[in-house]
Amino acid sequence: MAVVGVLALQGSFNEHIAALKRLGVKGVEVRKPEQLQTISSLIIPGGESTTMAKLAEFHNLFPALREFVQMGKPVWGTCAGLIFLANKAVGQKEGGQELVGGLDCTVHRNYFGSQIQSFEAELLVPELASREGGPETFPGVFIRAPAVLEVGPEVEVLADYPIPSNKVLYSSSAVEIQEENAVPEKKVIVAIRQGNLLGTAFHPELTADTRWHSYFLKMARGYGEWTSNTTVAVSGVDLSSDKQTRYDLPIFR
Amino acid sequence: MAGTGVVAVYGNGAITETHKSPFSVKVGLAQMLRGGVIMDVVTPEQARIAEEAGACAVMALERVPADIRAQGGVARMSDPQLIKEIKQAVTIPVMAKARIGHFVEAQILEAIGIDYVDESEVLTPADEENHINKHNFRIPFVCGCRNLGEALRRIREGAAMIRTKGEAGTGNIIEAVRHVRSVMGDIRVLRNMDDDEVFSFAKKIQSPYDLVMQTKQLGRLPVVHFAAGGVATPADAALMMQLGCDGVFVGSGVFKSGDPARRARAIVQAVTHYSDPDVLAEVSCGLGEAMVGLNLNDKKVERFAARSE
Repeated sequence: MAVVGVLALQGSFNEHIAALKRLGVKGVEVRKPEQLQTISSLIIPGGESTTMAKLAEFHNLFPALREFVQMGKPVWGTCAGLIFLANKAVGQKEGGQELVGGLDCTVHRNYFGSQIQSFEAELLVPELASREGGPETFPGVFIRAPAVLEVGPEVEVLADYPIPSNKVLYSSSAVEIQEENAVPEKKVIVAIRQGNLLGTAFHPELTADTRWHSYFLKMARGYGEWTSNTTVAVSGVDLSSDKQTRYDLPIFR
Repeated sequence: MAGTGVVAVYGNGAITETHKSPFSVKVGLAQMLRGGVIMDVVTPEQARIAEEAGACAVMALERVPADIRAQGGVARMSDPQLIKEIKQAVTIPVMAKARIGHFVEAQILEAIGIDYVDESEVLTPADEENHINKHNFRIPFVCGCRNLGEALRRIREGAAMIRTKGEAGTGNIIEAVRHVRSVMGDIRVLRNMDDDEVFSFAKKIQSPYDLVMQTKQLGRLPVVHFAAGGVATPADAALMMQLGCDGVFVGSGVFKSGDPARRARAIVQAVTHYSDPDVLAEVSCGLGEAMVGLNLNDKKVERFAARSE
């Protein structure tokens, strides 16, 4: 059975592992730098990006993560994970936060505002639909979500979201908006790919639609070392030291 | 198990989801908090310390539960000005407490745009009979519980996140353990139960049948389940995680201790590595003085947990 690593510092890692399980793939929890060496692809889940960055810093994970990305291994970041993978982030906490980088883009953290401005929307995903089939739209769950403000030339835009003009952005936002003018008026980018890096601002792990997961698995398989590395990971220690059975939360849509 | 949401059962009846903020989005934020620590703070400076330590959210309060105990009197919602200042200081989600049944306090908290409301027994209850009808709000709620029945009643009222009550402000973990064990134990009993017996069980624990059945099928509460009340050390926090909780609230435990920044960070790491005793040993070293605990056998100690059913 194929194995994918899921960064399990904090956040929706259980949900990602459950989504992978539905596709017949084993997800292993990654908490320490040395565990990155036994896997060939990684998902960085949603969560509080500040918290995840702090925990990664405490355990000295950033150098290992950067190396992982630089080796060209497939990495997918959702929400907080997208912020991790971005080369530049604005709207951060005082003092900023450390990033892994790799995706040539600028991300605005918490672009859509607080929890009360969280929402669900049907996103047009032509690229995903052409690869994975299914409907032309994907249910995007945006929870205190970031958005991509700018992308470099090598970044492929997989989905964007039209902002209703009456929508109040930056409301009650404590952070300073550094580039007020750089914010596009009509559409923001919410899913991007650059080489083996995938980033989504929304949470596919919270929906029953597993197409983004199977899209990522195809990237992981394309990377090639799938079969050879699998044996290492399986025969090695089971990275998830969970002895008790963990039950998954229901999917609400 | 997928498909039907928790609150969708009555269709057009009184309990329906508001279109703007469906239950999935409300539960979603709580899912993002999983594996994290939520800390009580009373000033913007404390909020910054909590954020730097890796807390996944902060609870903005005027007084921590230990002080509410010590000072007595009626505990109410915090001054919105204070909550706003704390919200400005950090980028992580901010929660605030409203009194049980006091839906106007909840409306005020919704209006100032905080991320989550805690309908909390730590504040003096405003209504002995009724909790807030949380379906009427766009903002998500977290509620306390002592057992499975209480948890499912709160979820039916619209709570998108559950925390076990414990005994806040005591620094004593015994009640939290009792409540977590009670919820988990009931779920284990339920899992092994014949489907025909679930009707009677639902009656016994005074909860809606559909939620009891859903819990049976899932093998866990249908929403995110944190532990709270009496967590004072990294070991306490890891204990809660090993008992099966999704995360931990720490109230007075951090900022009533000798070295808050260090203790906060240690508790955060203990929750992430809750099943790794080596890491737990490492982070537990040299934390300075823990908060002073209260012996719950003392009759003078008021039981907050018993304030609501």
